[in-house]
Amino acid sequence: MTRRICLLLSAFCLLPSAFAAEKAVAKKQVATDQPLILRGATVHTVSGKDLPNTSVLIKNGKIEALGQTLRVAGAREIDVRGLHVYPGLINAATTIGLTEISAVRETSDTSDLGDYNPQLRAYSVINPASEHIPVVRANGITTVLSSPSGGVISGQAALINLAGWTIDEMAVRKSVGMVIRFPSMTQRLGRGGGIELLMMMQEGRTGGFSEAQRTYARRVAELREWLDKARHYAQARAAETPDVKRDLKLEALVPLVKGEQPALMTVSAARDIRNALEFADKEKIKVVLIDPDDAWKEAELLKKKDIPVILGPTLSLPRNEDDPYDLPYSQPAMLYKAGVKFAISTGGVQFARNLPYQAAQAAAFGLPKDEALKAVTLYPAQIFGVKELGSIEPGKTANLIVTDGDPLESRTQVKRLIINGREVSTDNKHKQLYEKYIARP
Amino acid sequence: MRAKLAIALVLLVGTVSGASAAQPILIKNANILTVSHGRIENGAILIRDGKIAAVGLTVDAPSDAQVIDAGGQWVMPGIIDPHSHINADATNEGAISVSSMTRTCEVINPESIALYRELAGGVTTADIIHGSANPIGGQDCVLKFRWGKTAKELMFEGAKPGLKFALGENPKRAGTPSGYGQTTTPLRYPGSRMGVEDVIRQAFTEARQYQKDWDEYKRKGAAVAPRRDVKLEPLAEVLRGERYAYVHGYRADELLMTLKLADEFGFKIRFFIHGLEAYKIANEIAAHGAGVSTFSDWWAYKVEAWDAIPYNAAILAKKGVLVSLNSDDAELARHLNQEAAKLLKYGNFTDDEALATITLNPAKQLGIDQRVGSIEVGKDADLAIFDQHPLSNYAKVSKVFIDGQVYFDREQDLKQREAKAKEIQELKDKERKAAERRPPAAEKAAPQTTTPPTGRKKRPPESTEEVIR
Repeated sequence: MTRRICLLLSAFCLLPSAFAAEKAVAKKQVATDQPLILRGATVHTVSGKDLPNTSVLIKNGKIEALGQTLRVAGAREIDVRGLHVYPGLINAATTIGLTEISAVRETSDTSDLGDYNPQLRAYSVINPASEHIPVVRANGITTVLSSPSGGVISGQAALINLAGWTIDEMAVRKSVGMVIRFPSMTQRLGRGGGIELLMMMQEGRTGGFSEAQRTYARRVAELREWLDKARHYAQARAAETPDVKRDLKLEALVPLVKGEQPALMTVSAARDIRNALEFADKEKIKVVLIDPDDAWKEAELLKKKDIPVILGPTLSLPRNEDDPYDLPYSQPAMLYKAGVKFAISTGGVQFARNLPYQAAQAAAFGLPKDEALKAVTLYPAQIFGVKELGSIEPGKTANLIVTDGDPLESRTQVKRLIINGREVSTDNKHKQLYEKYIARP
Repeated sequence: MRAKLAIALVLLVGTVSGASAAQPILIKNANILTVSHGRIENGAILIRDGKIAAVGLTVDAPSDAQVIDAGGQWVMPGIIDPHSHINADATNEGAISVSSMTRTCEVINPESIALYRELAGGVTTADIIHGSANPIGGQDCVLKFRWGKTAKELMFEGAKPGLKFALGENPKRAGTPSGYGQTTTPLRYPGSRMGVEDVIRQAFTEARQYQKDWDEYKRKGAAVAPRRDVKLEPLAEVLRGERYAYVHGYRADELLMTLKLADEFGFKIRFFIHGLEAYKIANEIAAHGAGVSTFSDWWAYKVEAWDAIPYNAAILAKKGVLVSLNSDDAELARHLNQEAAKLLKYGNFTDDEALATITLNPAKQLGIDQRVGSIEVGKDADLAIFDQHPLSNYAKVSKVFIDGQVYFDREQDLKQREAKAKEIQELKDKERKAAERRPPAAEKAAPQTTTPPTGRKKRPPESTEEVIR
């Protein structure tokens, strides 16, 4: 059977024949392991061409094959002719599962006391029953980064699928990077400036530029010390030095200092971007920049150093009064032209479902449409080093969405969701309330 | 410095307007979304004296008309945002619970860049309203986005005035602030939804008496007129139907409470602002005749937004409530067309119904639909031209007309960036030179522990950025 599919689809079929259908047929199937065929849609692979009138075979959670005449005994078939199949969208920066109602402290677990908390893990506290999960996935987003955000070293971000009874069913990677809010020399008193001013007065700070520099220098020195200590700790542990006590904070930093994991660094202004990259160079750590407003100013540097970027929402206001009105709209196109690798994200929870529209706005202002789609599918997967997600290719995890059109358009409906090879409901709190109240006499 | 720069920019952008007001303008080769009368493909619009003089597949244009070839682009009525706080130097007077005497029109800053940025998103009219810190806020100010003009010239001539009311978490906050019990901040009544109702009822009780005193004075002609009360006067106007009541509120229970309060005093609520749970009492709102101006899909940012659903507009519209979308936000206002597009997804609006929520419906709610809100002969030539259908997320605004004048032109904007960059550089250079001439300030003379430990050389010229901001 597998061979027949392979013959039909020699271009696509990369799987070893050991992955035999006979085995599946012989074994008594539990429903969830039943092969699934999405029959006859236009398949937007993202990594390659769009394939008209193509079916997708899903088995054991993976995309097994693509083809026009796929036949598998015992498979469940879904007729999706006239519809479109895309890879599930990936939102590369959110706080899903960590925040329920942003204004209510009790429902928010994004940050803790202290400035250096590498040991904190989003993975441990993501709430699989969050109402946001079904709401966000109903708009075609199947995977998100869920990320802590406090202090200087905020903790570890998790990459999760938006379906599962427990976090372990959801987690794609328990820890995909260390979130570091790189110290900034830019002092801004925006909304809430009153409180900031009050704190400054209480602490006897003046808020001037040289003070910002002093604070910056102190924080960077502290950050460097943490990394130094982590390096020594890693060496000592590797050498099995007997008197080295286990240190949870330093242990958490080991993958970062060993270059096994990137620092997910939030920065904003151009100066901060340059400082962060210089720091990373010296410390020999891998870096992904998160929401760098001024990335366009440092595009050349980012390209030269091959630094990937996770952009914040495209639909946002320019930072400065005299910036072009469309600066955040056209930044993705500028980075694309400079050859910088980037993903687009929303941040937070409330607007996480609108990820596709952030990408569309970038396309309206000069980013090629296929690149806009990649910025919310393939590129975030690549940036996080998650080879199994982001495109429709045999062997990859079956995170798929079925739509009646371009998912980046608001009018498009997401008809079906497949996460980890299983169909997941598009129902959610909003649809339920709609059904309830539209029926009110 | 900032003011100087802003003025320079105003002058620069102010030159966008092309034709003189007298010269007729013909927009041809346009896909016209009239909102009131469907779509006209490849049609034309004639503008004369700032008004729409003709619209159709073809129109008779005088020979001296300035011709704008839209080249198949999409023309829709200028977007109307019935809930905005931009360009107001103050949003809330939070020290008192009833601040009906405050007037937003008196604190309009015409130079705030927010207005130009929204213009670039197709917005031509907005109601700038008082914030929601008080059960009774202040008097509103309807603006046309005539960028470059004075505050007075921005004001929408003859727009009926409104008064803002607010329910729920925001007006409660000063009575029960976070950290309640530990804080020494003086509390301000009300601190509960019950108190909010009481404050509004109390105020209208006084206003009714005030109105009665005046009526009696006018009827009997007593020697001494009642003392004029600037707090009660706007409320009396609401009671007389001369001023609209706009009510900020989220939860269905408090919206219903306010409907009953309005019935008790015999006035109408013009529309609810937010009304995120309005869908739960759509029947009652429809019966009262109130409208709702809501978000497309905001939710979960506070407890009273927990039951907000993106189908709110759909349910309300189905039950006969006049629905509009609003921004309440300088960013959201820049893409209200995309917010309207979400209604195609959440509740299957038609294109016209969706577009009406950001044009004709808010115009009706603000009582300015005789002037704006649709592309019809006789209405103001307030138009937004998009390069694609405005309900597509790939669309962007290329031109915006107000009163037949171009106030935003993307091509011009792009062209002017170079000159603008040059001007900014010159201002920075000037500032830098001045800074170099000045003796070092105490701040600058701080101990030299300030060198960043990254080893990078200090770059003093860059600090001009801080000087300007």
